[in-house]
Amino acid sequence: MAAGAASGGSATTDTYKEVRTWLLLPAWVTLAILVLAPVFMMLIYSFLTKEFRGGVIWEFSLAAYDQFFFDRGLFGDDPAKIEWTYILIFWRSIWQAGAATILSLAIGFPTAYFIATRPEKSRALWVFLITIPYWVNLLIRTVSMKFLLRDQGPLNDFLINIGLIDSPIHIVNTNFAVQLGLFYSYLPFMVLPIYAAVERYNFSLSEAAADLYASKATTLRRILLPTVKPGVIAGCILVFVPSMGSFLAPDLLGGAKNFMIGSLIEEQFKGNAGNWPFGAAASMVLMTMVLILLMFYARQQARSEKAGG
Amino acid sequence: MKNLMKTSVAAFALTIGANAAAAEGELVLYHWFEYIPQDLLDKFTEETGVEVTMDTYDGNEAMLATLKAGAIGTYDLAVPSDYMVSIMAGEGMLDTIADGELKNKGNIEPEWADPSFDPGRKHSIPYQWGSTAFSVDTAVYSGDINTTDLIFNPPAELSGRINVVDSQGDVLALASLHMGIPQCSTDRDQLKALNEMVQGAKAHWASFNSDTAKEVLVAGDVTVGMIYDGFAAKARSERESLQYAFPTQGYIAWMDSVVLLKDAPNRDNALKFMDFLLEPENIAAVSNFARYNNGVSGSSEFLDQDLVTQPESNPHDAAGTPVFVEVCDEETQAVYDQIWTNLKK
Repeated sequence: MAAGAASGGSATTDTYKEVRTWLLLPAWVTLAILVLAPVFMMLIYSFLTKEFRGGVIWEFSLAAYDQFFFDRGLFGDDPAKIEWTYILIFWRSIWQAGAATILSLAIGFPTAYFIATRPEKSRALWVFLITIPYWVNLLIRTVSMKFLLRDQGPLNDFLINIGLIDSPIHIVNTNFAVQLGLFYSYLPFMVLPIYAAVERYNFSLSEAAADLYASKATTLRRILLPTVKPGVIAGCILVFVPSMGSFLAPDLLGGAKNFMIGSLIEEQFKGNAGNWPFGAAASMVLMTMVLILLMFYARQQARSEKAGG
Repeated sequence: MKNLMKTSVAAFALTIGANAAAAEGELVLYHWFEYIPQDLLDKFTEETGVEVTMDTYDGNEAMLATLKAGAIGTYDLAVPSDYMVSIMAGEGMLDTIADGELKNKGNIEPEWADPSFDPGRKHSIPYQWGSTAFSVDTAVYSGDINTTDLIFNPPAELSGRINVVDSQGDVLALASLHMGIPQCSTDRDQLKALNEMVQGAKAHWASFNSDTAKEVLVAGDVTVGMIYDGFAAKARSERESLQYAFPTQGYIAWMDSVVLLKDAPNRDNALKFMDFLLEPENIAAVSNFARYNNGVSGSSEFLDQDLVTQPESNPHDAAGTPVFVEVCDEETQAVYDQIWTNLKK
């Protein structure tokens, strides 16, 4: 993406050189107000003292982070041990989001490849078809999914009617249902970046590889995948990150039996706990993890560009 | 296309109507979802010319959080449950209704005129009241349903077929009734036992769903489900075999009240609306819609007959005592939070 902009846009860059900073100002201001300010507020809140039933007292405290990392028993006066509860909750969320990402990739990649290899005229239509279900609100889509999957729902009815199974398969209120829900919620975020990457791919490279006696699998592995890798990674991040913070699918399809990161944080603000600093601290830990992931990605990108360039 | 035209015209007409009404000012409600019929709000607008705007919430705590996060001064009225009225009053979020400001205050039924959560009804008027227990699909389970064992110590056939509401207060209050210990107990052994009991019971639970408490019962996802009485009546109308239980160990009573919020931007209209809701005919319309009882005398003649006689409103003789969810002090609440986190980790 960066390479394309640099080679194609040099004339434009010169034209706006003088005013470039000013033209970007609205974007920067918007970012600062809508992204940086709330994050900064969260950061501050996570170091404040909790007020009973929600709210904060403006006194510095590490209590929120202490609660996150140390277990002091039911009454809070046992000697401190390592707190596994929240690590477990984070691990579960990462695992669920990871499974959803792999599922999305498995379906999304072939789909994107299929669309990108259609005649140019019909591609727009295919992309359009992919996005249609996403015009409907996420909540409604998730509830509909539950309707389809439940023990007495159409899917189980159908399978029983054709004689494939005798008794309904329990899907709702399982981890698999959550993964399925996450996968369905974020699939287009996987398809679209990969499609964009595959569409730019020069298929004569595949032909050249075939001329040199590369098998189809080898061509895919050594030529196509490395070329479209940025699109694949972007897709994975776009599915993984929101899946990790999601609470609709875990609540509705997973039965809300176990906290995910998203529902744990929600409980601190909307539930009985009313512990805002702890909710903020958990958000900060989550964000740090996502940042590390993105930095890792950026470094990989830089490295591969260096190697390729 | 024709339909589209009709809709646009209707929308246009509505906009004009709304603008005309704006002359009389407006009223901003913060209300539970699916709890008041739109017709009634329209009737109020028709009678007074006051335009009503309504935002909704799905839980007392969510409402408290929004108000605490700076929405005080945006809304005129909210509809907290019993324990939340005392919490909000304690937080200084409620305005006081002076004597004589409500001309219909005398319509409040005597038993609801001086409740423990708002002595003397200084900040609130009664809205709807009812109970929280659970419904059982009697076509699937034929045993005795009037015991909290069905939730906390279920027979093998019900294991994995139970939904509880995703609400710490309701679940832990019912659990305390089941164990026969006081709510917000400060006794460490009792709290430890409560912690262990609910964790053991969770192994038998299928889900923690509040918003869909009715739907999971009607759809047959679960056989036993914690639910509010009015919701249970609606569930029964959609699946006849669902029966609402009044456990012998006791069950949870609740009363939602309309409170006057501090810094209400349209205080006069808010009082007008409170008076409007104290008219027997109007509050009966809410009851007929939501399927709960109200606290206004003389409203029974406007109620649907089946609402008066429905089993969900008439506990049997062996039913235990209904209790309100209590407000714990800070220290006990911290333990309750810990128990809840342990339960859902």
